[in-house]
Amino acid sequence: MAAVATCGSVAASTGSAVATASKSNVTSFQRRGPRASVTNDSGPRLVSIAGTRPSVRNGQLLVSTGLPALDQLLGGGLAVGTVLLIEEDKYNIYSPLLFKYFLAEGIVNGHTLLVASAKEDPANILQELPAPLLDDKCKKEFDEDVYNHKTPESNIKMKIAWRYQLLPKMEIGPVSSSRFGHYYDASKRMPQELIEASNWHGFFLPEKISSTLKVEPCSLTPGYTKLLQFIQNIIYEEGFDGSNPQKKQRNILRIGIQNLGSPLWGDDICCAENGGNSHSLTKFLYVLRGLLRTSLSACIITMPTHLIQNKAIIARVTTLSDVVVGLESFIGSERETNPLYKDYHGLIHIRQIPRLNNLICDESDVKDLAFKLKRKLFTIEVREFLCFSLQS
Amino acid sequence: MFVELNNLLNTAPDRAEQGKLTLLCDAKTDGSFLVHHFLSFYLKGVSLTMARERGQLVFLEGLKSAVDVVFQAQKEPHPLQFLREANAGNLKPLFEFVREALKPVDSGEARWTYPVLLVDDLSVLLSLGMGAVAVLDFIHYCRATVCWELKGNMVVLVHDSGDAEDEENDILLNGLSHQSHLILRAEGLATGFCRDVHGQLRILWRRPSQPAVHRDQSFTYQYKIQDKSVSFFAKGMSPAVL
Repeated sequence: MAAVATCGSVAASTGSAVATASKSNVTSFQRRGPRASVTNDSGPRLVSIAGTRPSVRNGQLLVSTGLPALDQLLGGGLAVGTVLLIEEDKYNIYSPLLFKYFLAEGIVNGHTLLVASAKEDPANILQELPAPLLDDKCKKEFDEDVYNHKTPESNIKMKIAWRYQLLPKMEIGPVSSSRFGHYYDASKRMPQELIEASNWHGFFLPEKISSTLKVEPCSLTPGYTKLLQFIQNIIYEEGFDGSNPQKKQRNILRIGIQNLGSPLWGDDICCAENGGNSHSLTKFLYVLRGLLRTSLSACIITMPTHLIQNKAIIARVTTLSDVVVGLESFIGSERETNPLYKDYHGLIHIRQIPRLNNLICDESDVKDLAFKLKRKLFTIEVREFLCFSLQS
Repeated sequence: MFVELNNLLNTAPDRAEQGKLTLLCDAKTDGSFLVHHFLSFYLKGVSLTMARERGQLVFLEGLKSAVDVVFQAQKEPHPLQFLREANAGNLKPLFEFVREALKPVDSGEARWTYPVLLVDDLSVLLSLGMGAVAVLDFIHYCRATVCWELKGNMVVLVHDSGDAEDEENDILLNGLSHQSHLILRAEGLATGFCRDVHGQLRILWRRPSQPAVHRDQSFTYQYKIQDKSVSFFAKGMSPAVL
C-alpha cells in the first residue's frame, strides 16, 4: 500500500530532498478521497464487503467489534488493518466475552476467521460463541431487559449533573435496519450450522509447536514465530493481501489471538521482570501490524497486562497497538460491595484510539465508562450513579 | 505545515536554518501532528506522490519492510536486517540506506538544495530489540553525514514514556536532548482529557546561532488540533475559556 500523508497543493518546489523512515501507523494508509491516487481497482469496491462500512471521519473501512456500544466509543468501529488490544481483567472473565463477540460478528457477516490460542482448542472456542439476536426476536427481549433495569430514580431530572443530561444516550437497543454490528445473547450458543458454514482456521499452540514446519530465523520465541508464519500463510494463500494471482479475495479476515504474552506462549514477561525474551512480544506485535496493514484483516488480541512485571513493556505494547481497551472488573476488589457500584461489573477504559490519516481521532468526551453483563447482554454505560449521590 | 507553528518557531520554508537537529518528543499524547508539520514544511508546494516519483522523497516504510525482511530471505543487506538476528546488532545497514538515499545526485535537472532526514519514530527501534546505544550511534552517524557533511537537517521523534520506567528510552531521550538544537515537546495536560485544549507544547532552543543570546530559550503554549490545522495559544488563553 502506498503511504500518503496530507500535504500541500502542487506548485513550484523548493527543492529539498527528504528521506523518511516511518515506523508509525499514520502513514500506512491511503487517504480515501478525491486526492487519493486510485492505482488499485479495489478502491470503490471495498465498500461492498459484507459487514463493513466506511468511516464518517476519514473514509477508512471499518468492521464491527461485535459490541455496537464499543463501536460507538471507537468512532464507528475497528478499522481494517488495525489491532484491537484488550487488556484482560484480573480473573479473565470478561475479556473472553469481548473476544467471542468479535468472532461471532465475523461468522454472522461471513468473514473468514483465524483463531489462535495456547490454552483452548479453537474448535472449542467456536462452540462457545454467543448466538446472534435476530431482529424480530430481540426487540421483545430488549424490552424485557430494559424494563427490569428501570428504577424510579431514572425518572427524576438530574438537575445538578447537567453535564450528563446533554450527553447522547448510549446505544443499547438494536438498530433494526443496519447490517453493521449485531447483538448477541450470551446465554445461548451460536447455532451449529452457522459455525459449520463459516470458513475458519485454528492455531492451537500445543499442536503446532511439535510439528517440524520450517521456520525462518528470527529472534522471537518459537510460538510467536510459528503463529506469524501461520497468519502470513493464510493471508497469502487465501488472497487477503491481493498478491496471489490465483485468488481474488473480497472478504475480511478476522484474527483473534487469546492470552498473548502469557507463559503458555513460551514468553516469560509475565514471570520475570527482565527476562531473556523481553523483545519478543513487541517484535511480534510490530510484524503482525505490518501484516495487517498490507491485507484486508482486523485483529483482536487479549493480553494479561496485569501480569506483566515490567511497566516499560506495557507502555511499548500500548504504543505498538492501535486501539487499546482495558477491562477492570470489580470482582475481589473493595468496589464489589460498594453500593455505588452495585449495578456494574467493572470499568472499561478506552486507553488509546489511533489517528488514521488524520490529525485527530474521535475520542469520546466521556471517560467514566462502566460495563455490566446482564442476563443476556454485555452493555457499556456512562457511570450515572454519581448524579444520584449528589442529589441527596 | 501549520502557519501558527512557523510563527512561533520564527521560521519559514524559504529561510530555514541548515545543519540542525530537531527533536520531537511526546509525553502522554500523540505527537504525530508535529511530524506532519515538518514533513509538509520541507515539502512545501510539492505533493507527496509527485515528490516520490521524482526521487525527491525517499520513503522507508518500516511496517512493510519488516514483513519483507522477516518472511523472505534477502539477498542484499536490507535496512531492517537486524530483525532477523537473534542478538541486538547495530543499525549500520539502516545508516547505509540513509546515506545512499541522500547522496547528492548529479542529474540534468536543478539539484535539490539540502537534504532532510525525518525519522518517525526512534522509540520503536528500542521495542524491536535495539539498544539505546546502538540507536544513539545511528543518529550520530546520520548527523555527521546529513547535518555536517551535506549541510542538511534532521527531525526525529522519540516518545517519552514518563513514569513507565523505560530506562533505555530515557537514555535515548536524554542523549538526543543534549545533541539537539531545537526540542519540541508535546505533553498531554496533567489534568487529563479536555475537549478544547488537547495538550501543551514546549519549545526549547538550545545552542542558539546568535552568540548574544547566552541562555537556552524556552516557551510553552497550549494547542488544539483541528481537522486540518493546529491552533496555538498562551496557557489559559484558550478561546473556549475566554
